[in-house]
Amino acid sequence: MDIRANHLGMPLDISELDRENLTYFQYCAAHAFHLQACDACALIRYPPSTACPWCASPDARWVPVEGRGTVHSYTEVHHAIQPAFRAHTPYLILLVDLDAQKGQPTADEALRVVGNLATADGLLAPPEMIRNVGIGTRVRMVFTDVTSGLALPQWTIDEAAPRSAPPWRYPQE
Amino acid sequence: MPLPTDTDTTSPTYLRDKYAIVGVGETAYMRGSGRTTRALATWAVRNAIEDAGLKPADIDGMLSYQSGDSVFSPFVAGDLGIRLDFYMDVFGGGSSTEALCGMAMGLIEAGMCRVVVIFRAMNGYSQVRIGGTGVRAAAPISGDMLHSRTYGWQSAGQMFSPTFMRHMYDYGTRPEQVAAVKATHSEHASNNPKALLKNRVTVEDVLASRIICKPLHLLDCCLETDNANAIVLTRAERARDCRHPPVLIRGVVGRCNKPRMDMHYQHGPISTVAGRFAREILWRNSGVGPQDVDITGSYDAFTFTTMLQLEDYGFCKKGEGGDYVSDGTIRLGGRRPNNTSGGHLCEGYTHGINMVIENVRQLRHDVDDSCPPGPDGRRLHTYDYREGGCRQVRNAEVTANLGWAMPGTGSAMVMRRG
Repeated sequence: MDIRANHLGMPLDISELDRENLTYFQYCAAHAFHLQACDACALIRYPPSTACPWCASPDARWVPVEGRGTVHSYTEVHHAIQPAFRAHTPYLILLVDLDAQKGQPTADEALRVVGNLATADGLLAPPEMIRNVGIGTRVRMVFTDVTSGLALPQWTIDEAAPRSAPPWRYPQE
Repeated sequence: MPLPTDTDTTSPTYLRDKYAIVGVGETAYMRGSGRTTRALATWAVRNAIEDAGLKPADIDGMLSYQSGDSVFSPFVAGDLGIRLDFYMDVFGGGSSTEALCGMAMGLIEAGMCRVVVIFRAMNGYSQVRIGGTGVRAAAPISGDMLHSRTYGWQSAGQMFSPTFMRHMYDYGTRPEQVAAVKATHSEHASNNPKALLKNRVTVEDVLASRIICKPLHLLDCCLETDNANAIVLTRAERARDCRHPPVLIRGVVGRCNKPRMDMHYQHGPISTVAGRFAREILWRNSGVGPQDVDITGSYDAFTFTTMLQLEDYGFCKKGEGGDYVSDGTIRLGGRRPNNTSGGHLCEGYTHGINMVIENVRQLRHDVDDSCPPGPDGRRLHTYDYREGGCRQVRNAEVTANLGWAMPGTGSAMVMRRG
């Protein structure tokens, strides 16, 4: 069955034909991040898809993946184009390298999972939190509940991570 | 520069210089055209045919590109009384022009038609806004966009910025270096009477403009524009009978991709763009290299896109794009000017076709600046490049257009004076 929902005032519509996305978001709804692992070559892939991007096998199973990683790059949006986000600027869009499978199958590859910077409760992060995050920040996954069968994976600062060098941020604040 | 005499023979060398762009035309660049895309396209195509010295009846092929925001070829052809032997309207934005030039060559080579018009018409400001606001931002989110628009990751600027930021991180590229692209293109536009923005701006002006999404300031971004542009392409031997000196197509590469074009960020380094792959085809097909190019047309949807492509097509070493675009090389009067019309940042946004048109005019040695016409109707260029003056590059022989769809996809075309 289709999932129709509303997130920050935006209509989301997952067709019942879109089996990969339905399954992906159903796991998220249970706050259990899962991705497809290829039966043939064992590599995990993101985002959900019908075949393996490395070996083209259509056979895969959903496996739990730890939602922990490092910010690979980001943008900080000050001028929202979607009305839903206008009340939430500035907001961060993060590309996060998962620790799982980083550097595989080649050194330049990683499972780079998109999300906003959020609070531990899954709400869009306030400006004072945003100022502490950049390339290199350690983050952990949290979920924003949208409706039955649909939650969105998001990222928050991993407070338990060992302190390292300050993250790289765009020079102009 | 003169062409090298020894050329690679592993590519379709028989196509080098076999096809030519013989006509170019456009509407004004506007914000609020007050006309339909059908009317805009009709005017641009009519102007291009006239520029070629041809008649509508000479045209038998038509190609266009759009994103659900424009008129289709049959209507434009019908309005001009053109009977087509072939047409195709493809989905696409930036990087389509060069790719369609390659397809037009293939069509003629296959005997399917003889003279092809390529057009792009859009009300990118007054109807379907290129920045993504309005209709596009309000559409329901489904499919692959569940992993992007849901997170407020939708507009071109938002989608490309992780690439731009990572380039700064990987190579130490600085905001003021990239801002020099806008300052330079604004100098060029000040010598282009048809440019939407003709005022010169400085690097400081760019950095003082408000942040849209980091690292992009307002003045790092192109201009939403209403306009139509068209070009006419045919065999080189036919071009000899046309109105202007022919501009020959030396080689093309179309919509070449990085791995994982579905979500290219999965495959790094993300600070490298499709030009890294496209250059292998472009230079091989063209039989020239970056060192032979007099003028570039590196797509400036944003200041960063110009820099990234010049770097990955090999105009400088990897990581040195920031230096290349800020050391005077890309200015009029510099060693290799880029986007001499002012490009998307200043002339107007067209998804790349106006940059091809500009280089056609440069290679004719007859850009439409403010220099006075001589007895034969062609402008007497002064080459002084002062504000409001000349923008013709002296002795331009070879150009390279570098089209950009997104970090993972690009097209390019080398042209030369016939």
